[in-house]
Amino acid sequence: MDSSQLLGITTFTYLFASFLYIGVLLFKAGKLGVAATAFTVIALLIQTAGLALRWIESYRMGIGHAPLTNMYESVLFFSWTIIIFYLVIEWKFKTRTIGAFAVPLAFLATAYASFAPIDKGITPLVPALQSNWLLAHVITCFVGYAAFAIAAALGIMYLAKKRFGGRDKTGSTSEVLPDLKILDDIIYKSLIFGFIWLSAGIITGAVWANSAWGTYWSWDPKETWSLITWFVYAFALHSRYTRGIKNETIAWLSILGFLSVVFTYYGVNFLLAGLHSYGSG
Amino acid sequence: MYKNNSVWRLFASVKLALVTLVLIAGTSIIGTVVPQNEAIEWYAGKYGPEISQLIAILDISDMYGSWWFLGLIYLLCINLVICSIDRFPGVWKQIQADGLSFGEERLGKMSNRLSWEVKSSATQVSSRLEERLSGKGWKAKRKTTEEGILLFGQKGAWTRTGVYFVHASILVIFLGAVIGAIGGFKGFVMLPEKQVTDKIGLYGGGLLDLGFAVRCNSFSIDFYANGMPKDYTSSLTVIENGQEILTKTIEVNDPLTYKGITFYQSSYEPYQDFVITVKNPRNGAEKFFTVPFQKQVNWPEEGLRFGVINAKMRDQSLVSSKIWFTDDKGSPTTVWADDGAQTTVKREAGEYLISAKQMYATGLQVAKDPGVWWVYLGCGLMMFGLYVAFFMSHRRIWLLITETEEGAQILFAGSANKNRPGFESSFVELTEQLRDQ
Ligand code: HEM
Repeated sequence: MDSSQLLGITTFTYLFASFLYIGVLLFKAGKLGVAATAFTVIALLIQTAGLALRWIESYRMGIGHAPLTNMYESVLFFSWTIIIFYLVIEWKFKTRTIGAFAVPLAFLATAYASFAPIDKGITPLVPALQSNWLLAHVITCFVGYAAFAIAAALGIMYLAKKRFGGRDKTGSTSEVLPDLKILDDIIYKSLIFGFIWLSAGIITGAVWANSAWGTYWSWDPKETWSLITWFVYAFALHSRYTRGIKNETIAWLSILGFLSVVFTYYGVNFLLAGLHSYGSG
Repeated sequence: MYKNNSVWRLFASVKLALVTLVLIAGTSIIGTVVPQNEAIEWYAGKYGPEISQLIAILDISDMYGSWWFLGLIYLLCINLVICSIDRFPGVWKQIQADGLSFGEERLGKMSNRLSWEVKSSATQVSSRLEERLSGKGWKAKRKTTEEGILLFGQKGAWTRTGVYFVHASILVIFLGAVIGAIGGFKGFVMLPEKQVTDKIGLYGGGLLDLGFAVRCNSFSIDFYANGMPKDYTSSLTVIENGQEILTKTIEVNDPLTYKGITFYQSSYEPYQDFVITVKNPRNGAEKFFTVPFQKQVNWPEEGLRFGVINAKMRDQSLVSSKIWFTDDKGSPTTVWADDGAQTTVKREAGEYLISAKQMYATGLQVAKDPGVWWVYLGCGLMMFGLYVAFFMSHRRIWLLITETEEGAQILFAGSANKNRPGFESSFVELTEQLRDQ
């Protein structure tokens, strides 16, 4: 059994868990809930084993490094952090409905890693990447991204609930969704959490750049986009202090912010050129 | 008062901050789409004359250093400063607030409150409660009022300043950037092996005198089995006033710093030439020579002639070379040697040690940035401030003990400025600990 097999199994387990969570939401089948959580936890464990095995495999190849150095590995790590973040929310806020939005996200990420035409090989590190700051940089960024992904999923839930929740009282899906106030609270907390990690991610990236090139900030497209993303979330956090900003604004901003995250992480590699171009492929 | 001035109100407002954030984030996109730092003709060729004129007027070719972009950043800073001056006194008041001035009326309105009765006298109860509170880390103050005995304790009053640390950190980072821009420089030098330079080219144009010299002793490049580069390293020696001060082998992520000037391994350039090093172990003579491919050199003092007559390359890198060597006593020797590896050549007169390596120039990024420590300080402050602002809170508790006929009545109240659910559960826990017995 090698790591890519384990990670392939993970993909299908997340898919299955996604169906269970969606089932819980659509058919109010509360009993499925335990199974949904169980399969998610199992998938997470398999994925953890897969990532650990990949790490070990890289050492067997004599080029040992943490599995966080190309698109394939970072997408997998991204889905891993999304699931952890989601499970913590499920446990803290005692609601499974969010899973119908969050677990499919993790599935999409692992499916992309497995099926997209990207390099899945374990490659050695070019000199610029041989730094402990790389590890700190990637981990902090992706923990932040995971929080923002969940916040965006919650934002969609918020808007869906707002649109449909009031009108039909027939006991439809939107009624199963948590209260707007609770959603707003979790969105805000996820944004805070993500903001701290994104800040740390930008800072560790700057320190790394300075130790490798003598410039902590060079306005290359990836850096600039991460800063744009940071400003979007700074905007979201401050929007609460202004009257005249509507309640659902923060939901919209959590979605907009995540689009910016996706562009920073993914779009920049393919649409714009820069220092970080090693990330493509 | 200036605080009611409408200009002041504008600059103190979060609304302006929101507008500025949108403008900075929105305009930042331009520089990620329009390539930066090209000549005006380049833009004219790509976008046409009208747009290239606009690019020139708005400084789009260097937009992150343009007057209007820096203007937006200054606007953000001014906004931050005025906003803080505007709000901080209020926050300071809350930090300093005397909890002992709170009466029953205010405590009765708090959302965390509970009252109960005990049989002992008010003075007895209050001492016991005070003791128990201090056991839980709440140093309580005490005051006797008309209503009874009031105990007040608080934790984390200073955490109300967390947001101000975050805001100040942004100013510190910008300060560091300004210090770096004024007192620092960035440049580059392509330094061939064995050569010395005391000047580097600045990115802004022009040459800079370092005040000392740097020599590249050697450069080497290592590959993984699959052909990817593994390591670039340069051995550098700093020379000042004719003295060798220090020697260090630098690589990417591990630069050399001397007198605040840092040399980063940044690139390299392979040459067609070779560096041949010859040593005569019998008299200790050793010398290196820079030799073009298939050209012969002389070392007249030792009476030697040699050169590289053949080479195996992979991409642009030398794998091994065939060295031709003679001391004019007997027929010349030829020997294959790996890049840079020392080989022994046996002649009638004795052995010689010889090595040939491809010659490189090392590309060094050279930078001085006296502001970088300010930037790092700002980053540290930001992380600290974010942690305080989001995860710590100012918690206050009061116990009002009033005399009754059978003993005393206790009103326990508490408040926190953030993380109220968390405070609620610790309040409940504390209540239980204070009540039992
Ligand atoms: C990039 C720039 C900025 C960053 C990163 C930043 C960061 C923060 C953070 C993290 C908070 C705490 C938010 C919360 O508790 O939800 C905050 C609060 C606040 N910020 Fe900013 N800020 C920035 C710019 C500004 C500017 C320019 C102003 C000027 C008006 C401003 C005014 C405020 C105010 C009034 C608060 C609320 C303070 C309170 O809770 O007492 N911020 N800021």
